[in-house]
Amino acid sequence: MTLEAVLVVAAALFAVGLYGALSQQVVVMVMMGLELMINGVLLAAAGFWLFLAPDPTGQVLLLVVLAAMTVEMAMGFAVATLLHRRRQTDMTDMAEELSG
Amino acid sequence: MPESGMVIAAVGWAGVAGILLCALAYVAVTLDAVLSARQLGVRGGWTAPLSRAARLLRQRQRTTVAADTLLWRVGGAGMFIGAFLIVAVIPMGRWVLADPDVGIVWFNVVDVMVWALVWLTGWGANSTHSLVGGYRFLAHGLAYELPLMFALVAPAIAAGSLGVGDVVAAQDGLWFVVWMPVAFLVYLVGVTGFSVWGPFAPALAADIAGGVLAELSAVDRLVFQAGRYLFLVAGAAFSVPLFLGGGSGPVLPGWAWVLVKTVAVLAVLVWLRRKVPLVRPDRFMEIGWMVLLPAVVVQDLLVSLIVVSGG
Amino acid sequence: MLTGVAFWVLAVVAVAAGVAVFVVDSMARATYALALSFIAVGVQILLLEQGYLGLITILMMVMEMAVMAIYMVMFMGMNPALMPMDMTHGKKTAIGASVGAFVLLASGALLIPWPQRRGAVPEDLTRALGLEIMGEKMLVMAVLGPVMVATIVAGVVLAAHRSRYDRFGDDLRRRPADDPQPGGVGR
Repeated sequence: MTLEAVLVVAAALFAVGLYGALSQQVVVMVMMGLELMINGVLLAAAGFWLFLAPDPTGQVLLLVVLAAMTVEMAMGFAVATLLHRRRQTDMTDMAEELSG
Repeated sequence: MPESGMVIAAVGWAGVAGILLCALAYVAVTLDAVLSARQLGVRGGWTAPLSRAARLLRQRQRTTVAADTLLWRVGGAGMFIGAFLIVAVIPMGRWVLADPDVGIVWFNVVDVMVWALVWLTGWGANSTHSLVGGYRFLAHGLAYELPLMFALVAPAIAAGSLGVGDVVAAQDGLWFVVWMPVAFLVYLVGVTGFSVWGPFAPALAADIAGGVLAELSAVDRLVFQAGRYLFLVAGAAFSVPLFLGGGSGPVLPGWAWVLVKTVAVLAVLVWLRRKVPLVRPDRFMEIGWMVLLPAVVVQDLLVSLIVVSGG
Repeated sequence: MLTGVAFWVLAVVAVAAGVAVFVVDSMARATYALALSFIAVGVQILLLEQGYLGLITILMMVMEMAVMAIYMVMFMGMNPALMPMDMTHGKKTAIGASVGAFVLLASGALLIPWPQRRGAVPEDLTRALGLEIMGEKMLVMAVLGPVMVATIVAGVVLAAHRSRYDRFGDDLRRRPADDPQPGGVGR
Protein backbone atom coordinates (compact mmCIF):
# COMPACT_ATOMS: atom_id res chain seq x y z
CA MET A 1 0.00 0.00 0.00
CA THR A 2 1.76 3.11 -1.26
CA LEU A 3 0.60 6.58 -2.16
CA GLU A 4 0.82 5.72 -5.87
CA ALA A 5 -1.42 2.67 -5.39
CA VAL A 6 -4.04 4.68 -3.52
CA LEU A 7 -4.02 7.41 -6.15
CA VAL A 8 -4.36 4.97 -9.05
CA VAL A 9 -7.39 3.36 -7.41
CA ALA A 10 -8.82 6.81 -6.72
CA ALA A 11 -8.24 7.76 -10.35
CA ALA A 12 -10.08 4.63 -11.49
CA LEU A 13 -13.06 5.47 -9.27
CA PHE A 14 -13.03 9.04 -10.53
CA ALA A 15 -12.92 7.92 -14.17
CA VAL A 16 -15.81 5.48 -13.75
CA GLY A 17 -17.82 8.21 -12.06
CA LEU A 18 -16.99 10.65 -14.83
CA TYR A 19 -18.24 8.18 -17.40
CA GLY A 20 -21.50 7.81 -15.49
CA ALA A 21 -22.01 11.54 -14.99
CA LEU A 22 -21.45 12.25 -18.68
CA SER A 23 -23.32 9.35 -20.23
CA GLN A 24 -26.40 8.81 -18.07
CA GLN A 25 -29.69 10.42 -18.99
CA VAL A 26 -31.56 9.93 -15.75
CA VAL A 27 -30.91 12.64 -13.17
CA VAL A 28 -30.51 10.21 -10.28
CA MET A 29 -28.01 8.15 -12.27
CA VAL A 30 -26.03 11.31 -13.04
CA MET A 31 -25.94 11.96 -9.30
CA MET A 32 -24.59 8.47 -8.75
CA GLY A 33 -21.81 9.26 -11.19
CA LEU A 34 -20.99 12.45 -9.30
CA GLU A 35 -20.99 10.55 -6.01
CA LEU A 36 -18.55 8.04 -7.43
CA MET A 37 -16.25 10.86 -8.52
CA ILE A 38 -16.34 12.35 -5.02
CA ASN A 39 -15.69 8.86 -3.70
CA GLY A 40 -12.42 8.87 -5.63
CA VAL A 41 -11.54 12.33 -4.34
CA LEU A 42 -12.18 11.16 -0.79
CA LEU A 43 -9.87 8.19 -1.17
CA ALA A 44 -7.16 10.31 -2.75
CA ALA A 45 -7.41 12.88 0.04
CA ALA A 46 -7.15 10.13 2.66
CA GLY A 47 -4.07 8.78 0.88
CA PHE A 48 -2.41 12.18 0.65
CA TRP A 49 -3.10 12.73 4.32
CA LEU A 50 -1.45 9.54 5.53
CA PHE A 51 1.51 9.48 3.16
CA LEU A 52 2.40 13.17 2.90
CA ALA A 53 1.28 15.19 5.89
CA PRO A 54 -0.48 13.28 8.66
CA ASP A 55 -1.58 16.09 10.92
CA PRO A 56 -5.17 16.73 12.03
CA THR A 57 -5.51 19.82 9.84
CA GLY A 58 -5.66 17.69 6.73
CA GLN A 59 -8.59 15.74 8.14
CA VAL A 60 -10.70 18.87 8.05
CA LEU A 61 -10.42 18.77 4.26
CA LEU A 62 -12.02 15.33 4.19
CA LEU A 63 -14.85 16.58 6.36
CA VAL A 64 -15.41 19.37 3.83
CA VAL A 65 -15.50 16.81 1.01
CA LEU A 66 -18.11 14.81 2.93
CA ALA A 67 -20.13 17.97 3.49
CA ALA A 68 -19.94 18.80 -0.22
CA MET A 69 -21.29 15.32 -0.93
CA THR A 70 -24.24 15.94 1.40
CA VAL A 71 -25.08 19.25 -0.24
CA GLU A 72 -24.81 17.71 -3.68
CA MET A 73 -27.22 14.95 -2.75
CA ALA A 74 -29.77 17.15 -1.02
CA MET A 75 -29.89 19.66 -3.88
CA GLY A 76 -29.87 16.89 -6.47
CA PHE A 77 -32.88 15.20 -4.94
CA ALA A 78 -34.70 18.51 -4.63
CA VAL A 79 -34.07 19.36 -8.30
CA ALA A 80 -35.07 15.86 -9.37
CA THR A 81 -38.33 16.21 -7.46
CA LEU A 82 -39.00 19.61 -8.99
CA LEU A 83 -38.19 18.36 -12.48
CA HIS A 84 -40.48 15.42 -12.04
CA ARG A 85 -43.32 17.58 -10.81
CA ARG A 86 -43.02 20.18 -13.55
CA ARG A 87 -42.11 18.03 -16.54
CA GLN A 88 -43.11 14.52 -15.55
CA THR A 89 -39.64 13.50 -16.56
CA ASP A 90 -36.38 12.45 -15.05
CA MET A 91 -34.19 12.91 -18.10
CA THR A 92 -31.45 15.51 -18.25
CA ASP A 93 -32.16 16.06 -21.96
CA MET A 94 -35.58 17.47 -21.11
CA ALA A 95 -34.14 20.20 -18.91
CA GLU A 96 -31.80 22.24 -21.05
CA GLU A 97 -33.03 25.83 -20.72
CA LEU A 98 -29.66 26.80 -19.31
CA SER A 99 -27.64 25.15 -22.06
CA GLY A 100 -26.15 27.89 -24.21
CA MET B 1 -6.88 2.20 25.07
CA PRO B 2 -4.75 1.83 28.16
CA GLU B 3 -5.99 5.00 29.90
CA SER B 4 -9.59 3.78 30.02
CA GLY B 5 -8.47 0.70 31.96
CA MET B 6 -9.97 -1.73 29.48
CA VAL B 7 -8.31 -5.08 28.88
CA ILE B 8 -8.51 -6.38 25.33
CA ALA B 9 -9.68 -9.99 25.51
CA ALA B 10 -8.14 -12.70 23.33
CA VAL B 11 -9.85 -13.36 20.00
CA GLY B 12 -11.13 -16.70 21.29
CA TRP B 13 -13.54 -14.85 23.55
CA ALA B 14 -15.42 -13.62 20.51
CA GLY B 15 -17.09 -17.04 20.40
CA VAL B 16 -18.17 -16.69 24.02
CA ALA B 17 -19.54 -13.20 23.34
CA GLY B 18 -21.50 -14.54 20.36
CA ILE B 19 -22.96 -17.40 22.38
CA LEU B 20 -23.87 -14.97 25.17
CA LEU B 21 -25.65 -12.73 22.68
CA CYS B 22 -27.64 -15.67 21.30
CA ALA B 23 -28.50 -16.81 24.83
CA LEU B 24 -29.83 -13.37 25.71
CA ALA B 25 -31.87 -13.31 22.50
CA TYR B 26 -33.25 -16.70 23.55
CA VAL B 27 -34.23 -15.20 26.89
CA ALA B 28 -35.94 -12.29 25.13
CA VAL B 29 -37.98 -14.58 22.86
CA THR B 30 -38.97 -16.77 25.80
CA LEU B 31 -40.01 -13.79 27.89
CA ASP B 32 -42.05 -12.41 25.02
CA ALA B 33 -43.76 -15.75 24.44
CA VAL B 34 -44.51 -16.26 28.14
CA LEU B 35 -46.02 -12.79 28.42
CA SER B 36 -48.09 -13.43 25.28
CA ALA B 37 -49.34 -16.72 26.69
CA ARG B 38 -50.24 -15.11 29.99
CA GLN B 39 -52.13 -12.38 28.18
CA LEU B 40 -54.23 -15.08 26.54
CA GLY B 41 -54.84 -16.62 29.94
CA VAL B 42 -52.84 -19.77 29.30
CA ARG B 43 -49.67 -20.99 30.91
CA GLY B 44 -46.51 -21.99 29.14
CA GLY B 45 -44.61 -20.46 26.28
CA TRP B 46 -41.34 -21.51 27.85
CA THR B 47 -40.31 -23.65 24.89
CA ALA B 48 -41.44 -21.12 22.28
CA PRO B 49 -37.99 -20.27 20.84
CA LEU B 50 -37.16 -23.94 20.30
CA SER B 51 -40.49 -24.90 18.81
CA ARG B 52 -40.63 -21.83 16.57
CA ALA B 53 -37.10 -22.40 15.32
CA ALA B 54 -37.74 -26.09 14.77
CA ARG B 55 -40.92 -25.36 12.83
CA LEU B 56 -39.15 -22.84 10.59
CA LEU B 57 -36.24 -25.19 10.00
CA ARG B 58 -38.59 -27.94 8.86
CA GLN B 59 -40.59 -25.60 6.65
CA ARG B 60 -40.01 -25.75 2.92
CA GLN B 61 -38.26 -22.73 1.50
CA ARG B 62 -40.56 -20.73 -0.76
CA THR B 63 -39.53 -18.23 -3.32
CA THR B 64 -41.40 -15.77 -5.50
CA VAL B 65 -41.44 -15.09 -9.22
CA ALA B 66 -38.52 -12.92 -10.33
CA ALA B 67 -37.28 -12.44 -6.78
CA ASP B 68 -33.97 -10.59 -6.47
CA THR B 69 -32.47 -13.45 -4.51
CA LEU B 70 -29.05 -11.85 -4.03
CA LEU B 71 -30.35 -8.67 -2.41
CA TRP B 72 -32.98 -10.63 -0.48
CA ARG B 73 -30.36 -12.90 1.09
CA VAL B 74 -28.02 -9.99 1.78
CA GLY B 75 -30.80 -8.27 3.70
CA GLY B 76 -31.68 -11.28 5.84
CA ALA B 77 -28.13 -12.41 6.54
CA GLY B 78 -27.05 -8.85 7.33
CA MET B 79 -29.78 -8.54 9.95
CA PHE B 80 -28.39 -11.64 11.60
CA ILE B 81 -24.74 -10.53 11.53
CA GLY B 82 -25.15 -6.88 12.55
CA ALA B 83 -25.72 -7.46 16.25
CA PHE B 84 -22.51 -9.47 16.55
CA LEU B 85 -20.56 -6.48 15.22
CA ILE B 86 -22.06 -4.27 17.91
CA VAL B 87 -21.21 -6.72 20.68
CA ALA B 88 -17.52 -6.55 19.73
CA VAL B 89 -17.22 -3.08 21.31
CA ILE B 90 -19.35 -3.70 24.43
CA PRO B 91 -17.12 -4.11 27.49
CA MET B 92 -17.97 -6.88 29.95
CA GLY B 93 -16.65 -5.30 33.08
CA ARG B 94 -12.95 -4.75 32.36
CA TRP B 95 -12.77 -7.01 29.32
CA VAL B 96 -13.67 -6.04 25.81
CA LEU B 97 -13.02 -7.58 22.41
CA ALA B 98 -12.07 -4.28 20.83
CA ASP B 99 -12.00 -0.74 22.15
CA PRO B 100 -11.47 1.54 19.16
CA ASP B 101 -11.38 5.28 19.87
CA VAL B 102 -14.53 5.57 17.71
CA GLY B 103 -16.61 2.83 19.33
CA ILE B 104 -19.81 4.89 19.46
CA VAL B 105 -19.54 5.74 15.78
CA TRP B 106 -19.03 2.03 15.10
CA PHE B 107 -22.32 1.28 16.84
CA ASN B 108 -23.99 4.02 14.84
CA VAL B 109 -22.67 2.63 11.56
CA VAL B 110 -24.08 -0.81 12.32
CA ASP B 111 -27.49 0.54 13.29
CA VAL B 112 -27.67 2.61 10.11
CA MET B 113 -26.98 -0.56 8.13
CA VAL B 114 -30.40 -1.76 9.27
CA TRP B 115 -32.00 0.85 6.99
CA ALA B 116 -30.48 -0.82 3.98
CA LEU B 117 -30.99 -4.37 5.26
CA VAL B 118 -34.71 -4.11 6.04
CA TRP B 119 -35.44 -2.33 2.79
CA LEU B 120 -33.44 -4.88 0.82
CA THR B 121 -35.36 -7.71 2.48
CA GLY B 122 -38.57 -5.97 1.51
CA TRP B 123 -37.41 -5.31 -2.04
CA GLY B 124 -35.89 -8.72 -2.75
CA ALA B 125 -39.13 -10.66 -2.54
CA ASN B 126 -40.61 -8.79 -5.53
CA SER B 127 -43.88 -8.57 -3.66
CA THR B 128 -45.97 -5.45 -3.06
CA HIS B 129 -46.64 -6.06 0.61
CA SER B 130 -42.98 -6.69 1.33
CA LEU B 131 -41.95 -3.51 -0.43
CA VAL B 132 -44.58 -1.45 1.40
CA GLY B 133 -43.11 -2.85 4.63
CA GLY B 134 -39.63 -1.78 3.52
CA TYR B 135 -40.84 1.76 2.82
CA ARG B 136 -42.60 1.92 6.18
CA PHE B 137 -39.36 1.04 7.89
CA LEU B 138 -37.40 3.71 6.01
CA ALA B 139 -40.02 6.29 7.00
CA HIS B 140 -39.59 5.26 10.61
CA GLY B 141 -35.84 5.36 10.16
CA LEU B 142 -35.93 8.96 8.98
CA ALA B 143 -37.79 9.85 12.15
CA TYR B 144 -35.86 7.90 14.81
CA GLU B 145 -32.31 7.98 13.45
CA LEU B 146 -31.47 11.63 14.01
CA PRO B 147 -32.74 11.71 17.61
CA LEU B 148 -30.82 8.47 18.18
CA MET B 149 -27.62 10.02 16.84
CA PHE B 150 -27.97 13.04 19.09
CA ALA B 151 -28.70 10.75 22.02
CA LEU B 152 -25.43 8.94 21.34
CA VAL B 153 -23.67 12.29 21.33
CA ALA B 154 -24.58 13.08 24.95
CA PRO B 155 -22.40 10.42 26.67
CA ALA B 156 -19.61 11.15 24.20
CA ILE B 157 -19.63 14.84 25.16
CA ALA B 158 -19.63 14.03 28.84
CA ALA B 159 -16.75 11.59 28.49
CA GLY B 160 -14.86 13.78 26.01
CA SER B 161 -14.31 10.71 23.87
CA LEU B 162 -16.06 8.50 21.33
CA GLY B 163 -14.43 5.39 22.80
CA VAL B 164 -16.77 3.12 24.77
CA GLY B 165 -14.08 2.39 27.36
CA ASP B 166 -13.62 6.10 28.08
CA VAL B 167 -17.38 6.56 28.41
CA VAL B 168 -17.50 3.80 31.04
CA ALA B 169 -14.52 5.30 32.85
CA ALA B 170 -16.18 8.72 32.91
CA GLN B 171 -19.16 7.29 34.83
CA ASP B 172 -17.05 6.43 37.79
CA GLY B 173 -18.97 8.51 40.28
CA LEU B 174 -22.34 9.10 38.67
CA TRP B 175 -24.12 7.08 36.00
CA PHE B 176 -24.98 9.08 32.91
CA VAL B 177 -28.61 7.98 33.04
CA VAL B 178 -29.04 10.17 36.11
CA TRP B 179 -28.20 13.44 34.41
CA MET B 180 -29.13 12.57 30.83
CA PRO B 181 -32.45 10.75 31.17
CA VAL B 182 -33.86 12.24 27.97
CA ALA B 183 -30.94 10.93 25.94
CA PHE B 184 -31.41 7.51 27.55
CA LEU B 185 -35.11 7.36 26.70
CA VAL B 186 -34.54 8.54 23.14
CA TYR B 187 -31.77 5.97 22.85
CA LEU B 188 -34.22 3.22 23.87
CA VAL B 189 -36.72 4.52 21.29
CA GLY B 190 -33.94 4.22 18.73
CA VAL B 191 -33.13 0.67 19.85
CA THR B 192 -36.72 -0.44 19.41
CA GLY B 193 -36.64 1.39 16.08
CA PHE B 194 -33.67 -0.40 14.57
CA SER B 195 -34.86 -3.73 15.97
CA VAL B 196 -38.16 -3.24 14.09
CA TRP B 197 -39.67 -4.04 17.45
CA GLY B 198 -42.80 -3.13 19.39
CA PRO B 199 -44.19 0.26 18.33
CA PHE B 200 -41.87 0.25 15.31
CA ALA B 201 -43.19 -2.97 13.85
CA PRO B 202 -45.67 -1.56 11.28
CA ALA B 203 -43.13 -2.68 8.66
CA LEU B 204 -44.07 -6.23 9.68
CA ALA B 205 -47.71 -5.55 10.52
CA ALA B 206 -50.66 -7.78 9.80
CA ASP B 207 -52.48 -5.13 7.74
CA ILE B 208 -49.95 -5.63 4.95
CA ALA B 209 -49.83 -9.41 5.37
CA GLY B 210 -46.66 -9.36 7.41
CA GLY B 211 -44.90 -6.69 5.35
CA VAL B 212 -41.21 -7.43 5.01
CA LEU B 213 -41.88 -10.88 6.46
CA ALA B 214 -44.68 -11.66 4.01
CA GLU B 215 -42.68 -13.82 1.63
CA LEU B 216 -39.95 -14.96 4.01
CA SER B 217 -40.07 -18.64 4.84
CA ALA B 218 -38.03 -21.33 6.52
CA VAL B 219 -34.39 -20.43 7.24
CA ASP B 220 -34.72 -16.96 5.70
CA ARG B 221 -37.52 -16.09 8.09
CA LEU B 222 -35.69 -17.61 11.06
CA VAL B 223 -32.55 -15.63 10.30
CA PHE B 224 -34.42 -12.34 9.89
CA GLN B 225 -36.51 -12.79 13.03
CA ALA B 226 -33.50 -13.88 15.04
CA GLY B 227 -31.67 -10.82 13.75
CA ARG B 228 -34.38 -8.54 15.15
CA TYR B 229 -34.07 -10.08 18.59
CA LEU B 230 -30.28 -10.01 18.41
CA PHE B 231 -30.39 -6.31 17.57
CA LEU B 232 -32.75 -5.71 20.48
CA VAL B 233 -30.32 -7.49 22.82
CA ALA B 234 -27.28 -5.69 21.39
CA GLY B 235 -29.06 -2.34 21.73
CA ALA B 236 -30.00 -3.08 25.34
CA ALA B 237 -26.46 -4.25 26.07
CA PHE B 238 -24.91 -1.14 24.52
CA SER B 239 -27.01 1.07 26.79
CA VAL B 240 -25.13 -0.40 29.78
CA PRO B 241 -21.67 1.07 29.04
CA LEU B 242 -23.28 4.18 27.56
CA PHE B 243 -25.70 5.20 30.31
CA LEU B 244 -25.75 2.63 33.12
CA GLY B 245 -22.19 2.74 34.39
CA GLY B 246 -20.88 -0.36 32.61
CA GLY B 247 -19.79 -3.02 35.06
CA SER B 248 -19.89 -0.89 38.21
CA GLY B 249 -21.88 -2.27 41.12
CA PRO B 250 -21.37 -3.88 44.53
CA VAL B 251 -20.38 -7.48 45.36
CA LEU B 252 -20.73 -9.06 41.93
CA PRO B 253 -17.86 -8.87 39.41
CA GLY B 254 -18.12 -6.37 36.55
CA TRP B 255 -19.12 -8.77 33.81
CA ALA B 256 -21.98 -10.09 35.94
CA TRP B 257 -23.29 -6.57 36.50
CA VAL B 258 -23.21 -5.90 32.77
CA LEU B 259 -25.31 -9.04 32.24
CA VAL B 260 -27.76 -8.13 35.02
CA LYS B 261 -28.25 -4.61 33.67
CA THR B 262 -28.61 -5.85 30.11
CA VAL B 263 -31.29 -8.35 31.11
CA ALA B 264 -33.10 -5.65 33.08
CA VAL B 265 -33.20 -3.23 30.14
CA LEU B 266 -34.14 -6.06 27.81
CA ALA B 267 -36.98 -7.19 30.06
CA VAL B 268 -38.39 -3.66 30.20
CA LEU B 269 -38.28 -3.38 26.41
CA VAL B 270 -39.99 -6.74 25.94
CA TRP B 271 -42.59 -5.96 28.58
CA LEU B 272 -43.33 -2.54 27.07
CA ARG B 273 -44.25 -4.05 23.72
CA ARG B 274 -47.66 -4.93 25.11
CA LYS B 275 -48.21 -1.49 26.61
CA VAL B 276 -47.39 0.66 23.60
CA PRO B 277 -49.44 0.76 20.39
CA LEU B 278 -47.92 0.54 16.93
CA VAL B 279 -46.92 4.00 15.74
CA ARG B 280 -47.77 4.85 12.17
CA PRO B 281 -44.75 6.09 10.21
CA ASP B 282 -46.51 9.26 9.02
CA ARG B 283 -47.57 10.13 12.57
CA PHE B 284 -44.21 9.31 14.10
CA MET B 285 -42.33 11.43 11.56
CA GLU B 286 -43.64 14.57 13.20
CA ILE B 287 -43.16 13.22 16.71
CA GLY B 288 -39.55 12.38 15.91
CA TRP B 289 -38.72 15.75 14.41
CA MET B 290 -40.87 18.05 16.52
CA VAL B 291 -40.62 16.41 19.93
CA LEU B 292 -37.74 13.95 20.23
CA LEU B 293 -35.15 15.88 18.25
CA PRO B 294 -35.52 19.23 20.07
CA ALA B 295 -35.71 17.43 23.42
CA VAL B 296 -32.50 15.54 22.86
CA VAL B 297 -30.71 18.60 21.43
CA VAL B 298 -31.62 20.52 24.60
CA GLN B 299 -30.28 17.54 26.56
CA ASP B 300 -27.01 17.72 24.63
CA LEU B 301 -26.81 21.44 25.29
CA LEU B 302 -27.30 20.91 29.03
CA VAL B 303 -24.65 18.20 29.07
CA SER B 304 -22.23 20.47 27.19
CA LEU B 305 -22.88 23.34 29.60
CA ILE B 306 -22.30 21.09 32.61
CA VAL B 307 -19.09 19.72 31.09
CA VAL B 308 -17.79 23.17 30.14
CA SER B 309 -18.53 24.58 33.59
CA GLY B 310 -16.55 21.66 34.99
CA GLY B 311 -19.42 20.16 36.98
CA MET C 1 1.59 -7.43 3.91
CA LEU C 2 -1.89 -8.29 5.11
CA THR C 3 -2.94 -4.64 4.82
CA GLY C 4 -1.62 -4.59 1.28
CA VAL C 5 -3.68 -7.61 0.27
CA ALA C 6 -6.75 -6.20 1.99
CA PHE C 7 -6.22 -2.87 0.24
CA TRP C 8 -6.07 -4.39 -3.23
CA VAL C 9 -9.05 -6.66 -2.62
CA LEU C 10 -11.05 -3.65 -1.47
CA ALA C 11 -9.78 -1.65 -4.44
CA VAL C 12 -11.07 -4.29 -6.84
CA VAL C 13 -14.41 -4.41 -4.99
CA ALA C 14 -14.73 -0.61 -5.01
CA VAL C 15 -14.00 -0.18 -8.71
CA ALA C 16 -15.97 -3.26 -9.81
CA ALA C 17 -18.98 -2.12 -7.79
CA GLY C 18 -18.57 1.34 -9.29
CA VAL C 19 -18.66 -0.11 -12.81
CA ALA C 20 -21.63 -2.28 -11.84
CA VAL C 21 -23.65 0.85 -11.01
CA PHE C 22 -23.83 1.69 -14.72
CA VAL C 23 -24.03 -1.88 -16.01
CA VAL C 24 -26.68 -3.70 -13.99
CA ASP C 25 -30.28 -3.30 -15.09
CA SER C 26 -31.92 -3.24 -11.67
CA MET C 27 -32.45 0.07 -9.89
CA ALA C 28 -31.95 -1.46 -6.45
CA ARG C 29 -28.82 -3.29 -7.53
CA ALA C 30 -27.34 -0.16 -9.09
CA THR C 31 -27.94 1.85 -5.94
CA TYR C 32 -26.58 -0.76 -3.58
CA ALA C 33 -23.61 -1.43 -5.86
CA LEU C 34 -22.71 2.21 -5.24
CA ALA C 35 -23.23 1.66 -1.52
CA LEU C 36 -20.85 -1.31 -1.69
CA SER C 37 -18.29 0.83 -3.49
CA PHE C 38 -18.54 3.42 -0.71
CA ILE C 39 -18.24 0.77 1.99
CA ALA C 40 -15.10 -0.59 0.32
CA VAL C 41 -13.58 2.91 0.15
CA GLY C 42 -14.64 3.51 3.78
CA VAL C 43 -12.76 0.41 4.89
CA GLN C 44 -9.77 1.52 2.82
CA ILE C 45 -9.83 4.82 4.69
CA LEU C 46 -9.85 2.77 7.90
CA LEU C 47 -6.76 0.98 6.58
CA LEU C 48 -5.23 4.41 5.99
CA GLU C 49 -5.47 4.89 9.76
CA GLN C 50 -8.36 7.34 9.76
CA GLY C 51 -10.94 5.63 11.95
CA TYR C 52 -13.42 8.43 12.36
CA LEU C 53 -13.58 9.51 8.73
CA GLY C 54 -13.73 5.96 7.41
CA LEU C 55 -16.68 5.08 9.63
CA ILE C 56 -18.45 8.37 8.92
CA THR C 57 -18.10 7.72 5.19
CA ILE C 58 -19.75 4.31 5.53
CA LEU C 59 -22.45 5.67 7.83
CA MET C 60 -23.40 8.59 5.60
CA MET C 61 -23.27 6.70 2.37
CA VAL C 62 -25.34 3.72 3.50
CA MET C 63 -28.03 6.11 4.72
CA GLU C 64 -27.80 8.12 1.55
CA MET C 65 -28.06 5.07 -0.68
CA ALA C 66 -31.07 3.79 1.28
CA VAL C 67 -32.77 7.09 0.41
CA MET C 68 -31.33 7.11 -3.11
CA ALA C 69 -32.96 3.74 -3.79
CA ILE C 70 -36.36 5.28 -3.08
CA TYR C 71 -35.71 8.09 -5.55
CA MET C 72 -34.55 5.61 -8.15
CA VAL C 73 -37.74 3.59 -7.87
CA MET C 74 -39.86 6.74 -7.69
CA PHE C 75 -38.44 8.60 -10.66
CA MET C 76 -37.27 5.97 -13.11
CA GLY C 77 -40.35 6.09 -15.29
CA MET C 78 -39.77 2.68 -16.77
CA ASN C 79 -38.31 -0.39 -15.21
CA PRO C 80 -35.14 -1.32 -17.08
CA ALA C 81 -35.33 -4.80 -15.60
CA LEU C 82 -38.59 -5.38 -17.44
CA MET C 83 -37.81 -3.36 -20.57
CA PRO C 84 -34.12 -3.49 -21.44
CA MET C 85 -33.20 -0.14 -22.91
CA ASP C 86 -30.23 2.15 -23.16
CA MET C 87 -30.65 5.19 -20.93
CA THR C 88 -27.45 6.85 -22.03
CA HIS C 89 -26.37 9.62 -24.36
CA GLY C 90 -23.02 10.52 -25.84
CA LYS C 91 -21.56 7.23 -24.77
CA LYS C 92 -18.44 7.44 -26.95
CA THR C 93 -17.52 10.91 -25.73
CA ALA C 94 -18.10 9.79 -22.15
CA ILE C 95 -15.89 6.73 -22.51
CA GLY C 96 -13.21 8.83 -24.20
CA ALA C 97 -13.34 11.47 -21.48
CA SER C 98 -13.20 8.96 -18.68
CA VAL C 99 -10.34 6.96 -20.18
CA GLY C 100 -8.50 10.22 -20.78
CA ALA C 101 -9.11 11.34 -17.22
CA PHE C 102 -7.87 8.02 -15.88
CA VAL C 103 -4.71 8.03 -17.98
CA LEU C 104 -3.97 11.63 -17.00
CA LEU C 105 -4.60 11.13 -13.28
CA ALA C 106 -2.90 7.73 -13.03
CA SER C 107 0.20 8.83 -14.93
CA GLY C 108 0.32 11.90 -12.72
CA ALA C 109 0.10 9.69 -9.66
CA LEU C 110 2.91 7.46 -10.88
CA LEU C 111 5.24 10.04 -12.44
CA ILE C 112 5.15 12.94 -10.03
CA PRO C 113 7.99 12.71 -7.49
CA TRP C 114 5.95 12.94 -4.30
CA PRO C 115 7.62 14.74 -1.41
CA GLN C 116 8.74 13.02 1.75
CA ARG C 117 6.21 12.65 4.49
CA ARG C 118 6.46 15.25 7.16
CA GLY C 119 5.12 14.89 10.66
CA ALA C 120 3.71 11.76 12.25
CA VAL C 121 0.21 10.46 12.84
CA PRO C 122 -1.06 11.92 16.13
CA GLU C 123 -1.42 9.55 19.07
CA ASP C 124 -5.18 9.94 19.41
CA LEU C 125 -6.31 11.12 15.98
CA THR C 126 -10.03 11.33 16.71
CA ARG C 127 -9.41 13.59 19.66
CA ALA C 128 -6.89 15.66 17.71
CA LEU C 129 -9.43 16.10 14.91
CA GLY C 130 -12.09 17.14 17.39
CA LEU C 131 -9.79 19.73 18.96
CA GLU C 132 -8.79 20.94 15.51
CA ILE C 133 -12.33 21.62 14.26
CA MET C 134 -13.32 23.17 17.56
CA GLY C 135 -10.12 25.22 17.74
CA GLU C 136 -7.91 26.43 14.95
CA LYS C 137 -10.12 25.29 12.07
CA MET C 138 -13.36 26.34 13.67
CA LEU C 139 -14.04 28.79 10.85
CA VAL C 140 -14.44 25.86 8.45
CA MET C 141 -17.11 24.30 10.62
CA ALA C 142 -18.69 27.67 11.27
CA VAL C 143 -19.07 28.12 7.51
CA LEU C 144 -20.28 24.58 6.92
CA GLY C 145 -23.11 25.09 9.42
CA PRO C 146 -24.85 27.91 7.50
CA VAL C 147 -24.17 26.09 4.22
CA MET C 148 -26.05 23.08 5.55
CA VAL C 149 -28.92 25.23 6.76
CA ALA C 150 -29.07 26.97 3.38
CA THR C 151 -29.12 23.55 1.73
CA ILE C 152 -32.03 22.40 3.86
CA VAL C 153 -34.01 25.56 3.13
CA ALA C 154 -33.24 25.51 -0.59
CA GLY C 155 -34.03 21.82 -0.83
CA VAL C 156 -37.39 22.23 0.84
CA VAL C 157 -38.24 25.30 -1.26
CA LEU C 158 -37.43 23.45 -4.46
CA ALA C 159 -39.12 20.20 -3.58
CA ALA C 160 -42.22 21.21 -1.62
CA HIS C 161 -45.28 21.75 -3.77
CA ARG C 162 -47.47 23.20 -1.02
CA SER C 163 -46.77 26.56 0.54
CA ARG C 164 -47.97 27.82 3.90
CA TYR C 165 -51.03 29.33 2.19
CA ASP C 166 -52.07 25.84 1.15
CA ARG C 167 -51.65 24.67 4.70
CA PHE C 168 -53.03 27.55 6.76
CA GLY C 169 -55.42 29.22 4.28
CA ASP C 170 -55.13 32.63 2.60
CA ASP C 171 -55.14 34.54 5.90
CA LEU C 172 -52.80 32.00 7.55
CA ARG C 173 -55.37 31.53 10.32
CA ARG C 174 -56.55 27.99 9.69
CA ARG C 175 -55.76 25.65 12.59
CA PRO C 176 -54.99 22.83 12.45
CA ALA C 177 -53.26 22.96 9.10
CA ASP C 178 -54.87 21.31 6.11
CA ASP C 179 -52.39 18.54 5.35
CA PRO C 180 -52.90 15.48 3.16
CA GLN C 181 -51.00 13.50 5.79
CA PRO C 182 -51.66 14.79 9.30
CA GLY C 183 -48.72 14.31 11.62
CA GLY C 184 -48.68 12.93 15.13
CA VAL C 185 -48.41 16.26 16.93
CA GLY C 186 -51.48 17.66 15.21
CA ARG C 187 -50.10 21.03 14.17
